Amino acid sequence: MSLATTISTTKVVVVGNGMVGHQFIESLLASENTDQFEIHTFSEEPRLAYDRVHLSEYFVNRNADDLSLADPQSYATAGVKVYLHDRVESIDRGAKTVTSTKGLTVSYDKLVLATGSYPFVPPITGNDRQNCFVYRTIEDLEDITQAATSGAKKGVVIGGGLLGLEAAKALKDLGLETHVVEFAPRLMAVQVDDDGGALLKKKIEELGVSVHLSKATNCITDGEASIHKLEFADGTELETDLVLFSAGIRPQDALARDSELDVGPRGGIMINDHCQTSDKDVYAIGECALWQERIFGLVAPGYAMAKTAVAHLVGNEVPFSGADMSTKLKLMGVDVASIGDAHAATPGAQCYTYKNDPNGVYKKLVVSPDGKHVIGAVLVGDAEEYGTLLQYCLNSIALPASPESLILPSMGEDVGGLGVDALPETAQICSCHDVSKGDISASVKSGCCSVGDVKSDTKAGTGCGGCVPLMTSVVNHELEALGVEVNRDICEHFPYTRQEIYHLIRVEGIKTFSEMLEKYGQGQGCEICKPAIGSILASCWNEYVLKDQHVGLQDTNDAYLGNIQKDGTYSVVPRVAGGEITPEKLIILGEVARDFNLYTKITGGQRVDLFGARLHQLPDIWRRLVAAGFETGQAYGKSVRTVKSCVGSTWCRYGVDDSVGLAIDIENRYKGVRAPHKIKFAVSGCTRECAEAQSKDFGVIATENGWNLYVCGNGGMKPRHGDLFATDLDRETLIQYIDRLMMFYIRTADRLQRTSVWMENMEGGLDYLREVIIDDSLGIVNELEKEMLLNIENYQCEWATTIEDPEKLKRFSHFINSPDSDENLVYVSERGQPRPATVDERAHLIAKAG
Amino acid sequence: MTWIKVCALDDIVPNSGVCAKINEQQVAVFREAESDQIYAIGNYDPFSDANVLSRGLMAQLDDQVTVASPMYKQHFNLQTGQCLEDETVSIPVYKTQVIDNMVVLEAK
Ligand code: SRM
Ligand SMILES: Cc1cc2nc3c(=O)[nH]c(=O)nc-3n(C[C@H](O)[C@H](O)[C@H](O)COP(=O)(O)OP(=O)(O)OC[C@H]3O[C@@H](n4cnc5c(N)ncnc54)[C@H](O)[C@@H]3O)c2cc1C
Ligand code: SF4
Ligand code: FES
Repeated sequence: MSLATTISTTKVVVVGNGMVGHQFIESLLASENTDQFEIHTFSEEPRLAYDRVHLSEYFVNRNADDLSLADPQSYATAGVKVYLHDRVESIDRGAKTVTSTKGLTVSYDKLVLATGSYPFVPPITGNDRQNCFVYRTIEDLEDITQAATSGAKKGVVIGGGLLGLEAAKALKDLGLETHVVEFAPRLMAVQVDDDGGALLKKKIEELGVSVHLSKATNCITDGEASIHKLEFADGTELETDLVLFSAGIRPQDALARDSELDVGPRGGIMINDHCQTSDKDVYAIGECALWQERIFGLVAPGYAMAKTAVAHLVGNEVPFSGADMSTKLKLMGVDVASIGDAHAATPGAQCYTYKNDPNGVYKKLVVSPDGKHVIGAVLVGDAEEYGTLLQYCLNSIALPASPESLILPSMGEDVGGLGVDALPETAQICSCHDVSKGDISASVKSGCCSVGDVKSDTKAGTGCGGCVPLMTSVVNHELEALGVEVNRDICEHFPYTRQEIYHLIRVEGIKTFSEMLEKYGQGQGCEICKPAIGSILASCWNEYVLKDQHVGLQDTNDAYLGNIQKDGTYSVVPRVAGGEITPEKLIILGEVARDFNLYTKITGGQRVDLFGARLHQLPDIWRRLVAAGFETGQAYGKSVRTVKSCVGSTWCRYGVDDSVGLAIDIENRYKGVRAPHKIKFAVSGCTRECAEAQSKDFGVIATENGWNLYVCGNGGMKPRHGDLFATDLDRETLIQYIDRLMMFYIRTADRLQRTSVWMENMEGGLDYLREVIIDDSLGIVNELEKEMLLNIENYQCEWATTIEDPEKLKRFSHFINSPDSDENLVYVSERGQPRPATVDERAHLIAKAG
Repeated sequence: MTWIKVCALDDIVPNSGVCAKINEQQVAVFREAESDQIYAIGNYDPFSDANVLSRGLMAQLDDQVTVASPMYKQHFNLQTGQCLEDETVSIPVYKTQVIDNMVVLEAK
């Protein structure tokens, strides 16, 4: 016998690479003894794990990569063997092997079943007809989209639970007339009570989705006007082109049944506190597992099970002890939350309710029989107190003297809010990733000094996102405790954020930098606050930027109305609205470029850029251009740039509307408007999208019924597809929305923040933006429109003004005391045009000339 | 020391700069708003190899009066020529006076 120790590896086979299977693998890889394990995983789906919780976002970006959680590369690097698009068909527990559809047999030492659940399709005749779908995988969403874009006009969701409402929203966004059919007498029967359900129904109907309660569907047959007809038990009918079943989920336990592992009477693989099944070498985790007769249909408990199973495998114990099923969501823009014992089922439980019909708010607080603790809550229409109530409930924090203050709207002073201080270190802040207040403070102490840092360090807030507001207060609180000032001041001269400065300037009618400095600042200003305030002044009052009071605030590009180039010369970009230009004007551009020897290029923004203009040439060049009817293109400003267009219905055989005409009108309306950063638009004449509108800050696409508006797209360093903001708008509404959106961006964005980043940082995101702009939830849309109008009325072509003003023209010469030009500017010819000489070429040429 | 008149004080908009040519040298001249104090440094930006510093923004940082290069935004102290981002780099400074509302610079 050899004395050498052989390290035996344990072969772990994970069946199912969903959210929980993947989390299990990640935790096992992160554990100390990871090299003891050889990991294999089967995925029935054609891809590795993705974020199913955010599945609906697939409708927005149509990019599976955005959702992916696992990638083949890191699995390969970590030595995980993957069997993609292959389903495990059977387990031989005696031989300890599994066999797949593709015929592969793999042995295991430990088997982990993470097979999740499958959508339940009620056994109704006709449930297998065409256009009948479920809502669980990316493939399901692709099929639904396919059906919706190839003629379906009407859609019905069967099931009015959480998922059903989410699916209904998706159908609505796809442009279908949408109905929800629910068997129970209220929506979200599991989470909310009757009153809450009634309010939810009303709110959802207001959004244009029809809700049919207490309807049992008997069968699906041929429709007359639509593809299908649903026949209900009460004799009524509903026609539809598409049916989406969302009638609950069932644990995917077939494998376990077939291999005679214990399963519950109503399904689910039975597990103990270590997540072991009736066979100690087989674990089950996630939605397929049944613990103390309970199935957990949320991701956080699944993650907790993964943690338990990993711990047990490596010889530790982190017993699973159930999980909190509280949820907070925004369904179709309606806040809904349910905590703990929402139905007050605990004997002796007492309730407080608050109902506000006009505002559509319903709140219920359930307290323990002794009145000391929160044991449950329901919030509909306003879930701001969710974080606080959840903490009261989870940590059994003693209730205040009048518990109702926790759900009553605060009349002026802040009554119910629970300070971060009151939370114990063990309070769980992020339930998706089980991150406690203590974990967050440890992360801050180890050097993370922003919410973003803490997110990547602890993963808190990266699941459903519901905990982000609370997490942010904890992070700020911890930072302050460490004596770190959470400083969002713009610079050392102004102790304010950009938004605050904007507000002060607007409200107090401040017109100059020196006035602002005197009232609210200190010192003399710097290259951060000067252009920022210069830009805000321009956004508010739109005065000529080269006025003496403003000149010293402008970055060189604005100060000389051109973009500075590497050698100190400038570029000249006249406005070519919508990219449409007459041959006559093109000829003039050519003549000017030729006469001043300027390098000429077509830009990525559908216009012409003339490079290499010296300071003293700029006025002469612009005199010629202005005389020919050109205006400045503001390529130098943090302002509206171009409105790109495709040729549209005027010429294109597919065009459904006049994209060029609209692009020109938009460009002329907003030209010159200064903003926190540049703003780009595009208008496409049909869904082929030749103008690439979805990559712009504001993108417009023609449809048969009007215009679709996309917002907050970006090309550049971090591309982002725009979000579909509103559909089928008439011209007037479209312009009205853009007016409001632009001014709201100007009001609230940070310095040098493009609309894409602004959106990504906006709490409440697209839904919130819609509430503000469309529903006027802040009551400001009239102001926004007025402010935009002021901007438009005060437009002037800065170059036309400048060439008329001899005083201003003095600044356009290289030397104040000599007509000479900068001797450092040396050009060589390339492809028939001038370009700046390289350093070597320049030395050479200057020497030769000297 | 020779002094050379370059322009009228009013030729320089408060809080901004111009470029003057003295003995074939390019000098960036700045006017501080409140005090009408004049600063002068070389116009050549060693980081971009271009004669552009007169077109930078004046910036006060920790009580130093500086100009931020319009090209890549390095700061130069207007009194010493020292670059704030790179201690190995400094540029020439010139003495200045205002006489009868005329800006007068030292010729080197
Ligand atoms: C001239 C042009 C390139 C060309 O030859 O085609 C250009 C040139 C410059 N771009 Fe651009 N961009 C040009 C189209 C674009 C486009 C394409 C478009 O607009 O369709 C993009 C991507 C779209 C977008 O913005 O989302 C683009 C993304 C950028 C970015 C990255 C912005 C971002 O959000 O990531 C910068 C840097 C910045 O703004 O901070 C930038 C900055 C610049 C600057 C201003 C860099 C600088 O500070 O010197 C360049 C000087 C322009 C000049 O001298 O005139 N340029 N730039 C294009 C002028 C278009 C026009 O007619 O006005
Ligand atoms: C639209 C939607 C919204 C949701 N929103 C939320 C939310 O807001 N909050 C929340 O907590 N939860 C939410 N959920 C639920 C959440 O997605 C699940 O709780 C979570 O995905 C469960 O993870 P799991 O790994 O157990 O199952 P899954 O993610 O379903 O993974 C199981 C995987 O195993 C595969 N598989 C099954 N059998 C086999 C086999 N025999 N061989 C090989 N592979 C197999 C399946 O194909 C699947 O890929 C949502 C779900 C959906 C569909
Ligand atoms: S991509 Fe870079 S190099 Fe090209 S124009 Fe834009 S900023 Fe200049
Ligand atoms: S609770 Fe879901 S991300 Fe934190």
